[in-house]
Amino acid sequence: MAEKKHAITRRKFLMDTARTASAVGIAALGLGGYARVANGVPAPALRPPGALDEEQFNAACIRCGLCVRDCPYPTLSLAELGDAVTVGTPFFTAREAPCEMCDDIPCVAACPTGALDHALTDINDSRMGLALISDHEACIAYQGLRCEVCFNVCPVRGKAITLELQHNKRSGMHALFIPVVHSSDCTGCGKCERACILTEAAIKVLPYDLVKGKMQETYRLGWKEKEKLGEALVTPDVKHRFNLPEGESYDYYGKGLIEKAENDKGGDAANKADSPFSANPLDTLNRKGGL
Amino acid sequence: MANAKQSIATPGAEAIQVKGWLGAHKWLILRRISQFGILFLFLLGPWFDLWLVKGNLASSLTLDVLPLTDPYVLLQTLVAGMLPISTAFLGAAIVLGFYMIVGGRSYCSWVCPVNLVTDLASWLRRKLNIKGSGVAIDKNTRYWMLGATLVVAMLSGSLAWELINPVSMMHRGIIFGMGFAWAVIFAVFIFDLFISKHGWCGRLCPVGAFYSLPGKLSVVRVTADKRAQCDDCMDCFVVCPEPQVIRPALKGEAKGIGPVIMAEHCTNCGRCIDVCAEDVFHYATRFANQVPKNAPKPAPPVAG
Repeated sequence: MAEKKHAITRRKFLMDTARTASAVGIAALGLGGYARVANGVPAPALRPPGALDEEQFNAACIRCGLCVRDCPYPTLSLAELGDAVTVGTPFFTAREAPCEMCDDIPCVAACPTGALDHALTDINDSRMGLALISDHEACIAYQGLRCEVCFNVCPVRGKAITLELQHNKRSGMHALFIPVVHSSDCTGCGKCERACILTEAAIKVLPYDLVKGKMQETYRLGWKEKEKLGEALVTPDVKHRFNLPEGESYDYYGKGLIEKAENDKGGDAANKADSPFSANPLDTLNRKGGL
Repeated sequence: MANAKQSIATPGAEAIQVKGWLGAHKWLILRRISQFGILFLFLLGPWFDLWLVKGNLASSLTLDVLPLTDPYVLLQTLVAGMLPISTAFLGAAIVLGFYMIVGGRSYCSWVCPVNLVTDLASWLRRKLNIKGSGVAIDKNTRYWMLGATLVVAMLSGSLAWELINPVSMMHRGIIFGMGFAWAVIFAVFIFDLFISKHGWCGRLCPVGAFYSLPGKLSVVRVTADKRAQCDDCMDCFVVCPEPQVIRPALKGEAKGIGPVIMAEHCTNCGRCIDVCAEDVFHYATRFANQVPKNAPKPAPPVAG
């Protein structure tokens, strides 16, 4: 009788264990699947400075909110359940409250796990995102109006956003002051997006990888290689020498044929150097000895 | 028998007569002060701009010097494949050391905010006279849950459990904003109330399962040192969130088992101390578990 009871208990134990393990396993499967969709940030939400790659960040961030607490501005907040951001993780929305780029980066210093990388010591090295003029149709600079607000509020002013002058074809006589973003200096702080005067910002800061393109490694830009090397990689072109009557020169890149070089000042440098005659005709007149 | 029936609805009635209401609720009141007090410390900052404590239970910084980190969250991070910086390890070591002294699952009854919810559910369960334990979920399921959360963290490379963990979600929610987290907390409440008695904290919660591990070795314990005075009123079993831990200590004298509750699942809540009119239970340390030398003689079974 005792033996029989023991056997039933063992069977019951195994069955109970299998049942529990299966139920928990199914729940875990569901959780794993949920994690695949619930981890992440939608494009308008940006991570604090120094945040690791999104995948690593979701493993390293323990959702304590210390970065939020040490942010002196109302920039950072923790995602709540129902937000599109991984629940409990810090983020900010550029249009609402951009990163003010504190010199001492208190949010990074506060992070107890290094999900915000403590190797980041210069806020200008942070890459929270990358600004992008997302709508040329709405940006009033493209309409020939002067705005330049994004250019002026940029904390890396004159570097992350420059103004490139272009011909205004509509008026024929004005310039377009086109804002151009440079990934070499843009930290993705979002101040440009925050400041854009339009109802909907035409400049947006989006996650870096979403915006940044990449050339194939095989591209070699001749002029850059030349800069690097100090000389051309291929045999340099032989400078063309125009066979022109005395006093005339040719400017290939602009003025074309210069018929009468006024005191030779209009002549191009190459021709000047090549000329056996001095720029000053008096030198020729007063010349001593043979030609 | 009538006495026992009455005790299920109002356990501790006799203790109130003997010790007075305050005496019969001493540890409960202190525990509530601890639970609300910890929440309040975290809320001093956002509410009154007094930043004594920053962060939440996952990790916090007190008075700008004391780092504390939940070792369970840190463990999830580690198995997810990240090696955090030393601050997190220091914080986790301090927390672990603290619970090694005061009792592993003291976290559950003195700190965790979900305890307020599940205590309310079990109180209501008694008041509504809901009998039985509902869906029978094995008490060891929590260890399977603990293992599963770590496996999922490893396979997904993320803190997957923290996406739905009611414990961290409730504490973070109160301090940083709830969102829909109230729904998860409500789910825990009705689960404990209608589906399974002590279902969340006592059967499923992997956070409690984790803290029960240091609880195997921790120092501060409840002891039934005056077990000879026990009059079998059953009040302690009714109020205890982990009733299975009491029996060996309370009734084990004949088997040579010491009076100290050594089970890792005792949450050191002290309700048994409160509700006992005979003053059987006290707080003590694990070292007080002196087995009476002359004990192991099997006593004749008590008739009844």
